[in-house]
Amino acid sequence: MAVLDPTPASVAALDEAYAVAPRGVWATIVRFLRRQPVGTLGIVLVLLFGLAGIFADFLSPYNPTANDFAAMTEAPSWAHWLGTDQLGRDLLSRILYGSRTAFIVGLTSAVAGGISGLVLGVSSAYFGGRVDLVLQRVLDIVISFPLIIMALAVVSIFGTGVQNVILAITIPLIPRCSRIVRSSALAIRAVPYVDAARALGYGHSRIIMRHMVPNVMGPFLVIITASVGQAILAEASLSYLGLGVQEPVPAWGLMLQGGAEEYATTAPWIAIFPGLAIMLTVFGINLFGDALRDVLDPKLRIR
Amino acid sequence: MYRYLISRVLLTIPTLIGAAALVFLLMRLIPGDICLVRLGSGGSSFSTDALLACHKEIGIDRPWIWQFADFLWGLARFDFGTSMWSGKPVITEIATRFPVSLEVAVLATVIAVTIAIPLGTISALRQNSWIDLAVRTFSIAGLATPAFWLGIVSILVVLDVSQVITGHPWMPPIDYVPLWQDPLRNLSIVILPAATIGYRYAAVSMRMTRSAMLEVLREDYIRTARAKGLLRRIIINRHALKNALLPVVTVIGIEFAFLIGGLVVTEQVFNLNGIGRLMVLSVQNQDYTLTQALVMLVVTIAVLSNLVVDLLYAWLDPRIALA
Repeated sequence: MAVLDPTPASVAALDEAYAVAPRGVWATIVRFLRRQPVGTLGIVLVLLFGLAGIFADFLSPYNPTANDFAAMTEAPSWAHWLGTDQLGRDLLSRILYGSRTAFIVGLTSAVAGGISGLVLGVSSAYFGGRVDLVLQRVLDIVISFPLIIMALAVVSIFGTGVQNVILAITIPLIPRCSRIVRSSALAIRAVPYVDAARALGYGHSRIIMRHMVPNVMGPFLVIITASVGQAILAEASLSYLGLGVQEPVPAWGLMLQGGAEEYATTAPWIAIFPGLAIMLTVFGINLFGDALRDVLDPKLRIR
Repeated sequence: MYRYLISRVLLTIPTLIGAAALVFLLMRLIPGDICLVRLGSGGSSFSTDALLACHKEIGIDRPWIWQFADFLWGLARFDFGTSMWSGKPVITEIATRFPVSLEVAVLATVIAVTIAIPLGTISALRQNSWIDLAVRTFSIAGLATPAFWLGIVSILVVLDVSQVITGHPWMPPIDYVPLWQDPLRNLSIVILPAATIGYRYAAVSMRMTRSAMLEVLREDYIRTARAKGLLRRIIINRHALKNALLPVVTVIGIEFAFLIGGLVVTEQVFNLNGIGRLMVLSVQNQDYTLTQALVMLVVTIAVLSNLVVDLLYAWLDPRIALA
């Protein structure tokens, strides 16, 4: 690729372009990628597993639920890159499809829990007083309640299934997100423009949605990113305990249950690969989340 | 200050009652009947009379409101009743399983603190160096690793290593013995579970230590201490670390509370008979009294550690109590 020497004219033109045009989406993305190499690594990992989940139908060499009793607990080979489990199912195919389950559960719970937490957190800070006191006590109850009992109850009442797993994971995410959003929103509440908006006669919902929510977007995006990782880990734990996604749906936590432990000594790949998939995905999400926090929080930017 | 203390303590009461109501309702919404399970477990047939007698015996024939009032009244007197499944006092059921869970949790905390505080401090002092990068990678990986998978892998590694060294595979013993009876055997049971949980716990505390230290190191009084020529060691230990530890203690306290409730998976992997597994078992058996007591135990630990953290904050920073 030819490198052009910058002429004074082109530099001036560039300066002007930067000064006048607000940065577009693409420019922001390019800037992020260039400034945050570690965050970019995170994005690559997330995209890798995300795309694997989306295109699992095309990428998987085998049917993830098909048993092959002629090829049980086979070590990784050219035929089965990551080996097979105790029922002869291809581990690579199951991990690819498992990625789909993980991302569906992770994204849905994080977005649902995040948005509920955002609304509750901002309203709590905006209304203050008794509303705040009562709302915070209710969230205290949920946050101190053992996740496992909640999950067991949800599964026992509504039955197992992906949507109920999502519900069980979303509920505990709400108070965590709400607390963080609330503390940022309290600072915004004290800024005079909120009172000014009240004085102008704007309704509560308009002030909350138009004046306060946009100002807590930074911490909100960071917490929602972290929640995706937490939700994926929670889904894996619940599935491992048999309270989450059920067979034959391929899910990473489920792959570590039963067979993985039983055959761990003779066929360690059954236990190792699904765990690695969980770890790399959440690792990628966390790297991206950290970079996002650095970009969005001006206080941290100088560090 | 006293006003704050009293109001903060009183505010825990509605939280505890709310949690009691939540677990009470959730348990009764779960379809099923403990008496059906109890009577039917032998495979024999039984009459409706027997079922009603069983309901009467464990007191679930009364209206919910009476059952709930009874439950709260029991809580207020620290009387948790008898397990609906085994018939033994709930206190006995919990007491036999609580030590192992508590020991794992405490040991995990010790492991986490001894790793997190020195590494987090070094990482902050050498910001953006390779050692900082290594520590940060180690801690982000800790947040991403499922504890149960780490447990499975660590058992595998121990098996393989012991096979190579001694010629036969070694597994941690399964039956729990208290620390004071056989310390070595006891530690060999709890060390692996504690280490696998401790890693995640250390990761969280390490990040907190690092960012708190970074913030404190930029304070004016650190510059003053440097300017007047104090030893670097003294500045770090007395001036910086002491002030940076407050948020770290908070995180440790809050994580500890979650730890007790989150032990289920680790207990499953290591086959430990702790309260985590008891919790799953009691819900599956529809044992209302036992589940309610366990949930209240976990919630109380969480609420109390929150309270201690809040009071600690107010004590160290009097502005909070006044606000």
